[in-house]
Amino acid sequence: MLDLLAQLGRSGLAAIERLGRGHLLLLGMIGGLPSLVARPRLLTAQIYNIGVLSVLIVTVSGLFVGMVLGLQGYYVLSQFGAAESLGVMVAASLVRELGPVVTALLVAGRAGSALTAEIGLMKATEQLSGLEMMAVDPVKRILTPRFLGGLIAMPVLAAMFSAVGVLGGYFVGVGLLGVDDGAFWSQMQAKIDLHEDVINGVIKSLVFGVVVTWIALFQGYDAVPTSEGVSRATTRAVVHSALAVLGLDFVLTALMFGD
Amino acid sequence: MMRLRWIEIAVGAFMVAGFVALFFLAMKVSNLGASSVTDGYQVSARFDNIGSLKVRAPVTMAGVRVGRVEAIGFDKDTYEAVVSLRIDRRYDTIPTDTFANIFTAGLLGEQYIGLAAGGSDEFLADGDELEYTQSALVLEQMIGQFLFSKAEEGAK
Repeated sequence: MLDLLAQLGRSGLAAIERLGRGHLLLLGMIGGLPSLVARPRLLTAQIYNIGVLSVLIVTVSGLFVGMVLGLQGYYVLSQFGAAESLGVMVAASLVRELGPVVTALLVAGRAGSALTAEIGLMKATEQLSGLEMMAVDPVKRILTPRFLGGLIAMPVLAAMFSAVGVLGGYFVGVGLLGVDDGAFWSQMQAKIDLHEDVINGVIKSLVFGVVVTWIALFQGYDAVPTSEGVSRATTRAVVHSALAVLGLDFVLTALMFGD
Repeated sequence: MMRLRWIEIAVGAFMVAGFVALFFLAMKVSNLGASSVTDGYQVSARFDNIGSLKVRAPVTMAGVRVGRVEAIGFDKDTYEAVVSLRIDRRYDTIPTDTFANIFTAGLLGEQYIGLAAGGSDEFLADGDELEYTQSALVLEQMIGQFLFSKAEEGAK
C-alpha cells in the first residue's frame, strides 16, 4: 500500500522535475539569444533545416487544404444562396485557424522530430558532453540557434500556407465551381480584417513556433541516451507538440476572438 | 564554402517568399487593399439607399455580368449615395435611359446592380450618369411597411 503511494509520489515528482528542467532549458535558450548575434551563420543553417526544407510539404498541403475548403464551403454555402461568401470562408478559416495550426503540426512532424533525433543522438554519442568538456555551452552553441530558427521559420511557413491555401480556394471556387471572381475577393476584403485576423494568425504561429521547437529540443536534450531512448523521445516530441499546439490553439482563440 | 553560400541564398529566398505571402494576405485578402481598375468606361448612378452594396460587386444586365462597382461615395448635399460603375468596353451599346436596380443574390446573398435597358437611341459614354435608379430593398423596411398596412387593415 505504502509502496503504491510512494510510486505515485515518485512519478509525480519526476513529472514536475521534468517540467522544471524544461523551463530551465527554455530560460537557458532565451539567455543564449544575444550570443547568436556573433554567429549568424549558425542561425542561417537552422532556418534552412527547419524552414526551407519544409516549404514543399507546407505549400502542397496548403494548396490542397484550400482546395478542399473551396469544395466543401461551396457545397454548404450554395444551399443558402451565399456562394459568393466562399472567399470569406476560405480566407477566414485559413488565416485564423488552419494556417497556423496545420503548419505547426506539419513542422512538428517534419522538423521537430528531426531536431529531437539529432539532439538525442548527440547526447547518446556524448557529443554534448564533449562540447561541455571543451568549455562550450551546448545550450548556447547547439540548442539556441535551432530554437530561434524554428521561431522565425514558423510564421513564415504559416503565411505561405495561408496564401497558397487562399489561391487554392480561389482556383476551385472561381475556376471550377463558377463563383463570381470579384465577389470572391471583394467579400473577402470586406470581412477579413488586417489586425483582427491576419496579425492574430501571425501571433498564433509565433507561439506555436516557440512551443514546437521547445518541446522537440527538450525531448532530445532530456532523452535517455540509448537508441531506444532516442526513439521514444522522438515519438514523444511529435505527440506532445501536437497536443500542445491543439490545446494552446483553443486558449489563444478564446483570448483573441472569444468576446 | 560553396554549400554554405547556397544555404544562405535559400534562406534569403525563403524569408522573401514568406514576406511576399504576408504581403499577399495583407493586401489581397484583408481590408487593406481593395482597388482594381479594369478596362472599360465609367458611369455613375445615384441611389437613395444602397443597402449593403460593396465595391467590386457585379453589375449585370439580363443576368450577365457587364461590369463592376468601382467606388461608392456619399453626396452630402443631396444625401444620396453616389455609385460609380465601371462597365466593360465590349458593352458600349447601353442606352442612356437605362434603369439601375440594386438586387440581392438569393435571400441572404450579396447585393449587386442590375441594369435594365431603356429605349433611347443614344448610348452611354464615359462619365455619364444613370438617371433612373431604384434603391436596395431593405428587409426591415419591407417588414415594417407590411406590418403597418396590416395594422391599418385591422383598424378599419
